[in-house]
Amino acid sequence: MTMLTRILIAASALAMTSAMPALAKTFVYCSEASPEGFDPAPYTAGGTFDASAHPIYNRLAEFKKGTTEVEPGLAESWDVSADGLEYTFKLRQGVKWQSNEKFTPTRDFNADDVIFSFMRQASADHPWNQYIAGITYEYYNSMEMPSLIKEVVKVDDYTVKFVLTRPEAPFLANISMPFASIVSAEYASVLEAAGTKEDLNNLPIGTGPFKFVAYQKDAVIRYVKNPDYWGEAPKIDDLVFAITPDAAVRLQKLKAGECQLMPFPAPADIAAIKEDPNLKVDEQAGLNVGYLAYNTTQAPFDNPKVRKALNMAMNKQAIIDAVFQGAGQVAKNPIPPTMWSYNDAIVDDVYDPVAAKAALEAEGVKDLSMKVWAMPVQRPYMPNARRTAELIQEDFAKVGVTVEIVSYEWGEYLDKSMEAGRDGAVILGWTGDNGDPDNFMGVLLSCASAQPGGANRAFWCNQEFSDLLSKAKQTADVAERTKLYEQAQVIFKDQAPWATLDHSTQYVPMAKNVTGFVMSPLGDYTFDTVDLTE
Amino acid sequence: MIRFILGKLLYLVPTFVGITIIAFGFVRILPGDPVLLMAGERGISPERHAALSAQLGFDQPIWLQYLQFLGRLFHGDLGNSLVTKKPVMAEFLTLFPATVELGLVAIIIATAIGVPVGVLAAIKRGSWFDQVSMTAALVGFSMPIFWWGLLLIIFFSGILGWTPVSGRISLIYFFPDVTGFMLIDSIISGQKGAFTSALSHLILPSVVLATIPLAVIARQTRSAMLEVMGEDYVRTARAKGMPPSRVVGVHALRNAMIPVITTIGLQIGVLMAGAILTETIFSWPGIGKWMIDSISRRDYPVVQSGLLLIAGLVMLVNLLVDLTYGLINPRIRHK
Repeated sequence: MTMLTRILIAASALAMTSAMPALAKTFVYCSEASPEGFDPAPYTAGGTFDASAHPIYNRLAEFKKGTTEVEPGLAESWDVSADGLEYTFKLRQGVKWQSNEKFTPTRDFNADDVIFSFMRQASADHPWNQYIAGITYEYYNSMEMPSLIKEVVKVDDYTVKFVLTRPEAPFLANISMPFASIVSAEYASVLEAAGTKEDLNNLPIGTGPFKFVAYQKDAVIRYVKNPDYWGEAPKIDDLVFAITPDAAVRLQKLKAGECQLMPFPAPADIAAIKEDPNLKVDEQAGLNVGYLAYNTTQAPFDNPKVRKALNMAMNKQAIIDAVFQGAGQVAKNPIPPTMWSYNDAIVDDVYDPVAAKAALEAEGVKDLSMKVWAMPVQRPYMPNARRTAELIQEDFAKVGVTVEIVSYEWGEYLDKSMEAGRDGAVILGWTGDNGDPDNFMGVLLSCASAQPGGANRAFWCNQEFSDLLSKAKQTADVAERTKLYEQAQVIFKDQAPWATLDHSTQYVPMAKNVTGFVMSPLGDYTFDTVDLTE
Repeated sequence: MIRFILGKLLYLVPTFVGITIIAFGFVRILPGDPVLLMAGERGISPERHAALSAQLGFDQPIWLQYLQFLGRLFHGDLGNSLVTKKPVMAEFLTLFPATVELGLVAIIIATAIGVPVGVLAAIKRGSWFDQVSMTAALVGFSMPIFWWGLLLIIFFSGILGWTPVSGRISLIYFFPDVTGFMLIDSIISGQKGAFTSALSHLILPSVVLATIPLAVIARQTRSAMLEVMGEDYVRTARAKGMPPSRVVGVHALRNAMIPVITTIGLQIGVLMAGAILTETIFSWPGIGKWMIDSISRRDYPVVQSGLLLIAGLVMLVNLLVDLTYGLINPRIRHK
């Protein structure tokens, strides 16, 4: 930290103390990870977005609190052309940019900021594309924005037109994601003139409900309420993130009153938290799925009847009870039940080892040996893959299938599990980015995703299924899309490229006096609506 | 004495070169690469993977990458983190004071308790004090730090409410880093109660970090003292009718201190290892936690340069220990 930065922080601290009313309401969140930076575009971690995109910034469209529905954000409204190729956004007027010691805005938010925010990610030649050497825009790329956005046109100061190369129904959901946060073009030019471009990432300026105050690396992030916020003003005055990586320690801090809310409690602690008179727990089905993906290109797993039989041999409820300690539900579809287009009419394969054994024999499968891959890390959709694999091993042994459990280091696991000719079925899962069904089925099960670099670890390419997805992706009407996705789920269940294992439950423990916290199906932690009662 | 120092310094050169190879090679031997970890479950196309690898310089032959690393090192450039994109040196300097502060307090606790306990156990050899303290030392030495830290938090912070759970200072205090040492900065800030708060936050983590070194130092002091107490000159001193306190304090302890100081010096390395776990559990923003995060993300520049900095530091401490021998024992520096 330079001397200048220290002085600036001291000055802002002083300014804060003097500006604070006598009884400022401070809310402390025991966050689990350090942010990678404060510009949301180059990063991918949820913990980074909770510290940057959600408190500090806004997007053209936003996810409505507690849902995956898209609502107006910095854009007041939008029109979509009949062919679905042009999105024209009417921008909100009178939205103030935040200020800090280095920057006092001279103008409100306008179309230039929108163009700047997208073009810096889109074009390698843009002067801000590499404002920090080696920076990359992974979400912009993985959401296929480079091939989707043909151009972004400024119609006037408060109108922006996005021209697409193809109709894309999830487009609005995509630009509601953190990577599409709108940053200030004016702030960028001030930083450029000062020769401190990297401060866009260190000392963020946004339009959101909270202003960034200071970050002490790996320890504390401080924010203060944005007095000029265009939306409903936050109820708390100060927001503090106390970075606490260990779940057991987070819980102790919460109990001791050192923070008011924590993410990701250990599943084993939930029961005790519920009994604590000073705490309460919000819970909600997570937007995720855990699965076992067969290699559908290899015998005998290329036979859907064999896959179905194996699915029938699996006692999934036992997995939910043992591995999730009840904090989850058995999955029957590849998308979670909280997502629109979830086909509840589908009936899951019934656990029946006797019928499973008979079905395997009918297909001529005898003395089968297979590998089951257990991932080495914990994920919300899979807290203990090794234990899950052991339960599957026991279940399969009952129908005469011998299972060898294998595991690799995480990076290697991700890589090797996507290698063509992979031996064995892989335990993995997915957490949704934007609440669109295509973000599950398209990413994980389409023919395109079965190529190298994709995420279709069953290597399953069913043309009928893929065509339904493509059609749905190009259809704007939600009712029509819903029908197409429902049909796709019927094909999925019939063909069984995966054993769908679970949808886990998310828990958010907090102090009894916290009100107004809304759980996000996308797993975001936002604090603009929280309050503390006495 | 100058020749003695120069000779010691010369030894450092090959050691340092060796460390650069180990630091550079270590993180690359680990399976999995940073680009794949960044992409996660989503996967990454071979073209994009190649483009990113090229951008980060990982497509070069490994020996060339090593030479480039050395070249930058000689220009004082330790590279930038792949994750935060910030200079490794800047991150190190931000976090390092927290680790030093914790480590210093821990080593002070370990020495201040370990040496007297060891001396007393040696003098009263076979007594109940000897038995109890040496058993406790063995238990302390075998203590899993993570479990021990959590146990202390639950008892002292959770049940008794005497100490804060984690962090370096209460969040109500907010002042800029001047030295990076919270105990000093809290005094400089002039804010009432800040120093007490910083001190109370140091108690549990430093006790946890001190546990293993304390056990080692106590046992080492005891055995060194026992050896020296059996020497002829101690017997002679006693025979002369010298008071026991002078026999122990001057004749025995001074000679017993040489292996003890070696042990204390070696504990710096142990402290660094302990800091990784202690910092993680107490949310202590130091370099131990930084290294763990970077290793799990395969942040090559941080891991290799961070290891180098830590190893350099341990080397420096060992050099100082060597020089201290010279001060304590003239025979060593004249050898």
